Amino acid sequence: MLRRLRRGAALGAALLAGLAGLAALALLLTRPERAPADAMAGIEGDARRGARIFDAAGCAGCHMAPDAPDGDPEARLRLSGGQAFPSPFGTFRAPNISPDPEAGIGRWSALDLYNALHFGTSPEGRHYYPAFPYTSYVNASRQDVADLYAYLMTLPRDATPSQKHEVAFPFNIRAGLGLWKALFLRPGWVVKGPLSAEQARGRYLAEALGHCGECHTPRNALGGLRRNAWLAGAPIPGGRGRFPNITPARLDWSQADLIEYFTSGFTPEYDSAGGHMAVVVQNLALLPREDRAALAAYLQAVAPVPEAPS
Amino acid sequence: MRSRPTIRPTIGAAILAAATATLALPLSAQEPDFKPQITARKALMQLYAFNIGQLGAMAKGSAPYDAAAAATAANNLATLARLDDSAMWPAGSDNFSTEGTRAMPELWDDMADVQQKGAALAEAADAMAAAAGNGLDALRAAMGPLGGACSACHKAYREPR
Repeated sequence: MLRRLRRGAALGAALLAGLAGLAALALLLTRPERAPADAMAGIEGDARRGARIFDAAGCAGCHMAPDAPDGDPEARLRLSGGQAFPSPFGTFRAPNISPDPEAGIGRWSALDLYNALHFGTSPEGRHYYPAFPYTSYVNASRQDVADLYAYLMTLPRDATPSQKHEVAFPFNIRAGLGLWKALFLRPGWVVKGPLSAEQARGRYLAEALGHCGECHTPRNALGGLRRNAWLAGAPIPGGRGRFPNITPARLDWSQADLIEYFTSGFTPEYDSAGGHMAVVVQNLALLPREDRAALAAYLQAVAPVPEAPS
Repeated sequence: MRSRPTIRPTIGAAILAAATATLALPLSAQEPDFKPQITARKALMQLYAFNIGQLGAMAKGSAPYDAAAAATAANNLATLARLDDSAMWPAGSDNFSTEGTRAMPELWDDMADVQQKGAALAEAADAMAAAAGNGLDALRAAMGPLGGACSACHKAYREPR
């Protein structure tokens, strides 16, 4: 009897140890990833070029203050954070990414920014939530990250502390994000096949920097993008209405129509952009016209998807 | 004694029916009909769209640049932006309280902001009126601020589709 009990306890302990080992292995395999220490060595950042990356990547759209006045060119450069982004997993708050050394990213290196954008890993080695669209930024070039870094460091400092995300169990366990990343974070293009130079530039702007798919592509139950329904539209989290389907199946605008929309926000019917898209247009309008033309050319090359899967 | 169980439910049902009727009646009778106001503000938006469309076609290159036509359209916009349309926006004509509109209740929460955005639109329309007759480049440059002024309200106060 005693022996049997002992054997049972030993078996249980072995099983527990095995499970713990598996969990440890899983954590080890999905721990926050980082680039080698010399990944950004020798890449000189150009702040002037970085301004264009900043506008194309739409950093201000999420990181400017919630009460920043519309179209105020100075307010959009004060990256105090604080805007709320509701999701099925909780409400995320954009952090302060001004160059303030305490409240913002003033102590970051270019490598820190690269690790954040490419791996969703903080300088302290924690996982970021994918509300920060590193699943798109993973495709950004190192040169563009270096330029963006140089530009960000020229912006005004803001001492507003970052606010906590409002995320409930189990999504508040950041270690779990490693598994999410293993499933859904990978570099590479969605739109493949032969593209013109203009379309390829548009793809880089849309898929890497502009992160169009983060809103316009439907997500699965775990919050991963359904790449086979790329840009086919999705419900607006925490709101009514939908992010529209912008594949050629539903959006039949000409290239000139699209360029006008990206410049002034006017649709072919001369309605105007609303919701968060109004902010996106403000960013796109600052890009050189050829970039807006490239985005338009890319959108026309996307696979038509008549209906987003529910 | 015997009849009680049969009568009671009947009375109960009658009371319930009466209560439901009195509850339902005033609700539907009180519901104000904002159809004329909502139709009018949509018509106003159509007038904006038509005149911006004249300018937009030239900006896009789908219509040849015509200085006189551009100036006319831009002056119309400046006139429209100064129309006192306050009677078209009665309290309660929002998309939570009534049908046929995407105007969000927030619009009525901060009228000072709405008026400020209206003034910004008039300013952008004036800038367009000053630019439209002065060549295609000037017209194109004024399209962005004009669109931004439209979007400012649509971003804050119009529910997405």
